[in-house]
Amino acid sequence: MSFINYSAREINCKIVYYGPGLCGKTTNLQWIYKRTNPKLKGKMISLATETERTLFFDFLPLALGTIRGFQTRFHLYTVPGQVFYNASRKLILKGCDGVVFVADSQAERMEANVESLENLRVNLDAQGIDLATTPFIMQYNKRDLPNAAPLDEMRALLNPRDLTEFEACAANGGGVFETLKAVAREVLHDLKQMSR
Amino acid sequence: MHDQQLLLYEEDHRSVQAVIGQLIRDADALAIFVVDMNGQLVAEAGEIRDIDTTSLASLCAGCVAATAGLARLVGENDFPVHFHQGRRASLHVTRVTPQMILAVVFDDRSSLGLVRLRVRKAVGGLARIFETVRKKAERPRAFGNSPFADITDEDIDNLFSN
Repeated sequence: MSFINYSAREINCKIVYYGPGLCGKTTNLQWIYKRTNPKLKGKMISLATETERTLFFDFLPLALGTIRGFQTRFHLYTVPGQVFYNASRKLILKGCDGVVFVADSQAERMEANVESLENLRVNLDAQGIDLATTPFIMQYNKRDLPNAAPLDEMRALLNPRDLTEFEACAANGGGVFETLKAVAREVLHDLKQMSR
Repeated sequence: MHDQQLLLYEEDHRSVQAVIGQLIRDADALAIFVVDMNGQLVAEAGEIRDIDTTSLASLCAGCVAATAGLARLVGENDFPVHFHQGRRASLHVTRVTPQMILAVVFDDRSSLGLVRLRVRKAVGGLARIFETVRKKAERPRAFGNSPFADITDEDIDNLFSN
């Protein structure tokens, strides 16, 4: 749910990075944090376990610039990917304006990808949100690994509707900003449609 | 996909500021924040220079959401008030409406009893303002154009040109 503050002349939107455990959601945000002009970003918060697995969420606020005199801010969140943290995932999804699904390209993680995507669908559905009408980007991460599954196979399993998708290697930044820009653009287009 | 958008017009923002401005004096508080359940900072007052307000808003919303989850596990709908006590500063958090949170930071110049008392009074005023805000959001065109009404694809693309 976007927030338009006429007094501060600000538009705030929420984007959630979703996906199975260890797929690279936090790595996406860390790369964005590392490579963004300090003037445009706030502090990155990671609520993680001692072994650096996301416990609750990561959070990164970004200011992209102004549209018609309104400062446009995006709040990026990740969810904890491990299966047993579903209560936390539901909380973090609330009020999101757009979703990035980070899929792990390793062949042995395909079942986890499918389960996580179905979990996203169910959790959105519980809030009365249809994934089909939500700004959504599919990111195939870890394309550089030798055990990466063929792209066609991943597409058939995870993106049969042929939504916007990117190949990525978040550890070295490949595809990270392309994904972010695409989801931000879709969110803004969606808000534009809503205002009509 | 959306829930209703949160649209805060200037007159409503002024009303919120008036309530929290009064509360900060009445409760001898250090700082006050109004945050929505999605982690967006709606209004602030007091000594906020050293506080990362964006992070505070996000964490406060996460904390309230998690606390509500805990409440449901023990058969309650919600724990609408909670309190975090520190050595120097403490934080008193209240759910004003299902969508809005009031967070009050105070130190030993004040007391939990005083904050609790003054917050109870302020919550009614804030709830009335946010009910007005909610009703306005149901018919936004009556209260002014959305900044999105006139934007073009080019405006959006320009955001990403740098």
